[in-house]
Amino acid sequence: MHNQPLIDQLYRQQSRRVLATLIRLLGDFDLAEDAMQEAFVAAVQQWPTEGMPDDPAVWLIRVGQRRCIDQIRRRRTSRHYAHLVMPEEAFEWAAFEWQDPSIEDDQLRLLFICCHPSLAMADRIALTLREMGGLTTEQVSSALLQKPATLAQRIVRAKRKIRDAGIPYEVPDATALPERLPGVLWVIYLIFNEGYSRSDGESVVDVSLAAEAIRLAEALARLLPSGEAFGLLALMLLYDARREARQDAEGELIPLEEQDRNRWDRARIRDGLAWLERALALSPTGPYTLQASIAAVHAQAPSAEATDWARIVVLYEALYRQQPSPIIALNRAVAVAMRDSPAAGLSLLDALASHKQIVNYHLFHAARADLLRRAGDYTAAR
Amino acid sequence: MKYVALVYYQESLINAMSEQAWHDLNQECVAGVERLSAHGHYLAGQALQPVDTATTVRKRNGETLIADGPFAETKEQLAGFYLLDAHDLNEALQLAGRIPPARFGTIEVRPVRELPPRDNPGPTYY
Repeated sequence: MHNQPLIDQLYRQQSRRVLATLIRLLGDFDLAEDAMQEAFVAAVQQWPTEGMPDDPAVWLIRVGQRRCIDQIRRRRTSRHYAHLVMPEEAFEWAAFEWQDPSIEDDQLRLLFICCHPSLAMADRIALTLREMGGLTTEQVSSALLQKPATLAQRIVRAKRKIRDAGIPYEVPDATALPERLPGVLWVIYLIFNEGYSRSDGESVVDVSLAAEAIRLAEALARLLPSGEAFGLLALMLLYDARREARQDAEGELIPLEEQDRNRWDRARIRDGLAWLERALALSPTGPYTLQASIAAVHAQAPSAEATDWARIVVLYEALYRQQPSPIIALNRAVAVAMRDSPAAGLSLLDALASHKQIVNYHLFHAARADLLRRAGDYTAAR
Repeated sequence: MKYVALVYYQESLINAMSEQAWHDLNQECVAGVERLSAHGHYLAGQALQPVDTATTVRKRNGETLIADGPFAETKEQLAGFYLLDAHDLNEALQLAGRIPPARFGTIEVRPVRELPPRDNPGPTYY
């Protein structure tokens, strides 16, 4: 029996769960990674002759744990692992019990430690893709357009800080969770944007990063059901549905209103709407859910003209109350222009022009020129 | 683990405070220390005199160089420190967040580095 394809499949499906649990059991990222690799090597050697164990993930965790004992013995002289060196009897690890809830918690622990606010944002993104997403250092570096050496350094630095600063491997408790969850969502959204808004290279959209972010959000929505996790997932699915329609053959971005809506991914939209429905069932409605609601109005409109702009204005107003940023005010002004008239939008834009932040924002000028053009003022539009 | 929480704030904010506000802030800090002590988190700490009382000392080529002022001019000044005992960084951050100047200044939380044990002095020859 040839098990290699099965083992490859298992690696894709289970390696993150195996790793997450090994990190908890061994208390060290690097030891856990080595242990996991060794466990998979052992699987490749043993399973073809001895057969696949009943519960492969448990087998992998147990073997990884056992192999780690050798790792620790080998590294005993290393200063970095001095804290793990313990008397012989301590090597009698408690028999690992397979309990689904604890395994699921390990996945969440891994996500929360990768997204810990005491790590630099770039390090959080790199670590999340590497450890939680299971990408190799090379894959992460090419996805983020960073040199592999720089990326490897980030990962090393982040792991060192986790160890030296005592960042715990834990899901924040109920009191700290509301403070910490937005940070995790933000990292996932930044990963998505990194893939979605990239304007260099062959294609505007790096499929893998957007897909990676959606996978992370799906995992989070499953592990820690919350309105904003659902909302973020809905938002990313609804944006991603426009992927094929977002750029022309030359790779130039096509504005939403000019996109060929037949090229929008209907299955993605259905998924996005379903998650949005779940998000809206929970209160309070947070900013990701509001943005997803706006994306949903667009996704359901047959054309830019036939869009429910009145609803979009209301949603932007709700969003502005939560996040009073000039960018959101800009979007609201454009929606007002669509609902009422270009002139109505322009007067809102002119009121915004005193914001330093907005005047430096290229979309402000693009939006203003566009509304002037629609209002028929071609001289000012230039 | 042991963490040091370094308290920074703009002294100008303090100078602009009323007597009563300054008194209340100090009382709040005293109560905070009592609470930390009661939970076994407080190992040591001290508030500092304003930064214009600072003097720096350097030793270069055997020469002692003394100068007035702090090591670096910063927007916020070091105002005090706490030595805390916390289970991990999350707990340390939670404790630091309750230090009253966190509301208008900045608390920097750093794990302590234990110095290595003293080298074995080796045999002594007479």
